Amino acid sequence: MNPSVSLPDNHARIARFNRRKRFNQLAIALSLIAMLFGMFWLSWILWETLRLGFGSISVAMLTQDMPPPNEAIGEGGLANAMMGSLMMVALATLIGTPIGILTGVYLAEYDPRGKVATTVRFVNDLLLSAPSIIIGLFVYVIMVVQFKAFSGWAGAVALALIVIPVVIRTTENMLLLIPAGLREAAYALGTPKWKVITRITLTAARAGVLTGILLAVARISGETAPLLFTALNNQFWKANLDGPTANLPVTILQFAMSPYENWQQLAWGGVFLITLAVLGLNILARVLSREK
Amino acid sequence: MDSALPSSLTPHAAGGARRLLSNALADRLFALLARGAAILTLTLLTGIIISLIMGAWPAIHEFGLGFLTHNAWDPVQEDFGGRVMIYGTLATSIIALAIAVPVSFGIALFLTELSPPWLKRPLGTAIELLAAVPSIVYGMWGLMVFGPVLARYVQEPLQSLLKGVPFLEALVTGPPVGIGILSAGIILSIMIIPFIASVMRDVFEVTPPLLKESAYGLGATTWEVIWNVVLPYTKTGVVGGIMLGLGRALGETMAVTFVIGNMNQLNSASLFEAANSITSALANEFAEAAPGLHQASLIYLGLVLFLITFTVLIFSRLLLMRLQKNEGKRV
Repeated sequence: MNPSVSLPDNHARIARFNRRKRFNQLAIALSLIAMLFGMFWLSWILWETLRLGFGSISVAMLTQDMPPPNEAIGEGGLANAMMGSLMMVALATLIGTPIGILTGVYLAEYDPRGKVATTVRFVNDLLLSAPSIIIGLFVYVIMVVQFKAFSGWAGAVALALIVIPVVIRTTENMLLLIPAGLREAAYALGTPKWKVITRITLTAARAGVLTGILLAVARISGETAPLLFTALNNQFWKANLDGPTANLPVTILQFAMSPYENWQQLAWGGVFLITLAVLGLNILARVLSREK
Repeated sequence: MDSALPSSLTPHAAGGARRLLSNALADRLFALLARGAAILTLTLLTGIIISLIMGAWPAIHEFGLGFLTHNAWDPVQEDFGGRVMIYGTLATSIIALAIAVPVSFGIALFLTELSPPWLKRPLGTAIELLAAVPSIVYGMWGLMVFGPVLARYVQEPLQSLLKGVPFLEALVTGPPVGIGILSAGIILSIMIIPFIASVMRDVFEVTPPLLKESAYGLGATTWEVIWNVVLPYTKTGVVGGIMLGLGRALGETMAVTFVIGNMNQLNSASLFEAANSITSALANEFAEAAPGLHQASLIYLGLVLFLITFTVLIFSRLLLMRLQKNEGKRV
């Protein structure tokens, strides 16, 4: 070949190769920066929550009720809010779980490809990512307006409406993972369908279903928006759900936005408790689903 | 023995028949329950839409569609319009997407192509945990920790830097207090990065290794493989994930309520100015709003928000469904 032709050609090729290589290195560097950027926020948020939150944890915070504003720091606590949150989350889980599991069973076992199931699946996806404050508005219109009172019951119903789609999704997915042979073997022995579902498939899928329930509980423990105009808030201790009911998320909002030092301090304590509970439940759910 | 046989059989057979009957009944009952639960879920969505329309009816009747662009929010004169809140919701979500999409893409790229295998799982888990942190934590952190930092180290320098620059100066006027549309947008972006990044990672991972290896075999660089092979292959999934994040950003309440400043006026185009969004207007005013036009207007805003997120979600579902269908064909 004629060297006078191939030499500049080669030059151009090497230059292009170098350009591609540099561009690639740039992209890799940017991707690394993006990853660090993400981790940076995570560690910053967690660090501040732990640092500021841990400092305001005390026996008083866990055992006393909400203090009036401007009281000395260390006086008063969040006991009534924790109680209210626990009651509402428990009731919401009790209402939402059976409905969610039954619907999931319907989708996976009764009519997986039918019209009803397809529509339910689609609607469930919408509910799963509908803004939670809209759920609050809905419950306000159907419960608070009807009974003419804010109440913990309405708050629990609003939270239950958030539990349902999460449990439906995981139950269906987990049931679909159960091998068909297991069902067929049970049917071949003459087992009725309800027994196959409750004793065989749901039992086999129980770790997955439980994971879904745990994730749902984690989600509603931190939900604030649906409680704002259903449960409202309450400054006093109360062991029932009648009338406005204290709860941690709304209390945190109210205290953090207030100008009072002692309230802000308690708000950090509350945020710490919620973060701990939510991350704990998430990690537990992960461990549970990995074991299976 | 002869006489014992039938006598021992009869109760047995009768019991068997009874059991068969009760099983059939239980079967019916269980199917009914499961079907009922499924139908209940279906009616929930229609229930939400109907109840919102009913609640908003006085405002819909009074203001009509002009409500969407009317710039007023005066509970005393009972004159309401949603322009400020709708603008706030859209502006914060757009800022959030502008930051979150490139970052999520980088994270997904890192997790699928670059990360050493032993790091993949812990990093993926950490990003997913970021998605689980309740939004009130982001909000409080944003107000107490991030806002002051943003004001001190970003807003003030930007203001002095852009002083006198036409057009750009208008974007950064107002008090640099770390509260407003910009901080709400940034905090929203931190919240939706994990959602978008994990969807992107998941769809990147379904790209057949054969395709990628062929491109590498031809001498393509990592970037060229991602940009020219993986991304075109997964584009529907990627857009679906972005839409999911957008839906999240539009409907997010607490993180925005803390930092947007809750001003029902639009004074300038500045991103530093306190503003309001649909969700934070609802969060702040609804419980105290007088029944009547004020409350109805707030529910109207909620209805608008629901319809916006609804459209975004349906769009993302359709895209993801198309992706699944294509997957089905390939198999």
